[in-house]
Amino acid sequence: MAATIASFKVDYFQFLDEEGRLADGAQIPALARDTRQLESLYRLMTLTRVFDKKAVALQRTGKLGTYASCLGHEAAHVAVGSAMREEDCFAPMYREYAAQFFRGVKMSDVLMYWGGDERGNDFSGPKHDFPWCVPIATQCLHAAGAALAYKLHGQPRVAVSVVGDGGSSKGDFLEAINAASAWKLPLVLVIVNNQWAISVPRSKQNSARTLAQKGIAGGLPSVQVDGNDLVASRWAMDKAIAAAREGRGASVVEMLTYRLSDHTTADDARRYREQDEVDTAWNKEPLTRLRNYLTDQGHWDQVKEEELLSESAERVNAAVAEYQDRIDNDPQPIDAMFNYMFKNLPHHLEEQREIARRFPARGGQH
Amino acid sequence: MAEITLVEGVTLALAHEMEADPTVVVFGEDVGVNGGVFRATAGLQQKFGDDRVLDTPLAEVMIAGMCVGMAAQGMKPVAEAQFEGFMYPMVDHIVNHAARLRHRTRGRMNCPVVFRAPWGGGIHAPEHHSDSNEATWAHFPGVRTVIPSSPSRAYGLLLAAIRDPDPVVFLEPKRIYRWQREEVEDNGEELPLDVCFVLRDGTDVTLVTWGAMVKETMEAAVELEKNGVSAEVIDVATVAPIDMETIVESVEKTGRCVIVHEAPKHCGVGGEIAAGLADKGIWHLKAPIKRVTGYDTVMPLYRSEMNYMPSTERIVHAANETLEFE
Repeated sequence: MAATIASFKVDYFQFLDEEGRLADGAQIPALARDTRQLESLYRLMTLTRVFDKKAVALQRTGKLGTYASCLGHEAAHVAVGSAMREEDCFAPMYREYAAQFFRGVKMSDVLMYWGGDERGNDFSGPKHDFPWCVPIATQCLHAAGAALAYKLHGQPRVAVSVVGDGGSSKGDFLEAINAASAWKLPLVLVIVNNQWAISVPRSKQNSARTLAQKGIAGGLPSVQVDGNDLVASRWAMDKAIAAAREGRGASVVEMLTYRLSDHTTADDARRYREQDEVDTAWNKEPLTRLRNYLTDQGHWDQVKEEELLSESAERVNAAVAEYQDRIDNDPQPIDAMFNYMFKNLPHHLEEQREIARRFPARGGQH
Repeated sequence: MAEITLVEGVTLALAHEMEADPTVVVFGEDVGVNGGVFRATAGLQQKFGDDRVLDTPLAEVMIAGMCVGMAAQGMKPVAEAQFEGFMYPMVDHIVNHAARLRHRTRGRMNCPVVFRAPWGGGIHAPEHHSDSNEATWAHFPGVRTVIPSSPSRAYGLLLAAIRDPDPVVFLEPKRIYRWQREEVEDNGEELPLDVCFVLRDGTDVTLVTWGAMVKETMEAAVELEKNGVSAEVIDVATVAPIDMETIVESVEKTGRCVIVHEAPKHCGVGGEIAAGLADKGIWHLKAPIKRVTGYDTVMPLYRSEMNYMPSTERIVHAANETLEFE
């Protein structure tokens, strides 16, 4: 006997097209008509872009360490952050600044972290949010653990984690899907698919039609959206978070976007990808289309845009000054390296701390 | 007061702390209905329910990673790896996350998790079930590594490990899980971490060991006594960080030291203890420090494993070498 015992489909959603035109139909999310909220989210996307450009410039001029740019991901990241409540838990990878800004993390916190100072991870914003996570996809399991803690405590809180297309190849991501499915966890796993895992393109990572279907394989509702469309990305996040909060379990949201920058400032993407591809991707980037839409709605104009850009530049400059002042005038003491290893410092670390105090690095800290 | 085995000491400590602290959860493969492959969690799910004792999918990375997540959100997970040889996939989460969450966040978050595992050889187990990998954990900053060697120390040290606000790898010597019985009162009294236990006083030679090798080392001390040699035996118990003070104090008295461990010699914890003695106790040494350890080979399959394990005879031989040194 042969029979089809299960079959699956992956739905794709885009509401604002590349020109900023709203799709037809009754399915359009209410957010599309809420131009005030869209404007406020657009403002954050713009601020993030101005910040990002400045951070790259700081690295180029030796004032910041290696930095991971978020250029092109602004809609996806704002959608994630703005859909969450403060008591929810965010487990980021390392470039979701806009999501974190929405949650109260300061631009100067981001600069502290990439500026080589652990205090960046003691950031403003929710104290239960996880720090930046460099080892790739491990954060998915930390979010799953947080989600299990909330479920066991009967708290209506949701854990949200972001992973890249590259990270979706890792066992951690797949094991998080599996665990979320087994325990029906209040978890949302977001794949921000920017098409490149450093130099390896999406096409060489696997031959699956979508990455969302990895969630389906584990038993989670999963969807793919245009990650450069704020309306679609936010709509998918709202649905997934509501399901998680109401006890209907976890889901996977794949957001299609494009990494317009190098992987980090230590990378040179010209070595492995064609400029044509990048140029094409610029035509789909998220800010322009939202600006066009808001303009068409009579809600935005060139004057407002210029005001926003200058106001954003001022805020970014103030954040840079705060960062610079702190590392120059309030550096961490040598003791800090030892003091946070354990709550109760073991004897051998006391001994080593004494040595470190006696032999500080020549020329002080960098 | 009941006489219990080492593995029952583990169960007793888990039950005590689960009763006392509602944030403690047991998390691992087959720990629930089945009570763990060595019965370390026997009866706990029946007593505390399946939201306190959770049978997990078969995924060690997930166990470790989710424990980091839970611990960072105010819970105290006690994870079980079914055997120490299956802990290797957990390294990423233990080393990159659990061990440094407090440090990375300048104390904003901490990670009070215990990673338990049956550990060591000598029970004729299949391949990958008999490693002594304590040096793996001992090497990484930010995590304690604790190994009990008796029922009362299993009880008291596990209580301390669960209550500690930082991560602890808790390795249970499976060969002596049921070796001896001891009266252990379930009074919730923990034993201190980061200190050695002097199991036997002596004046001629210090035998330093931990875990299941306590058995052979104590036997060696009895053998030595027959020849008029008085051996002091120290159970290191917390192999990271090491309580060098107690070891140095003992060597000040005896002038001789033999370090015994089941793990391979190269970069083993014994090397760190020997270096510590060279640094802080060399003027008291009357003879070179000897190490009696497992060989730097892969742990053999069970027909050969007793050739690998340090024997009482090897320990006595090494002690005599230090005594005969001029």
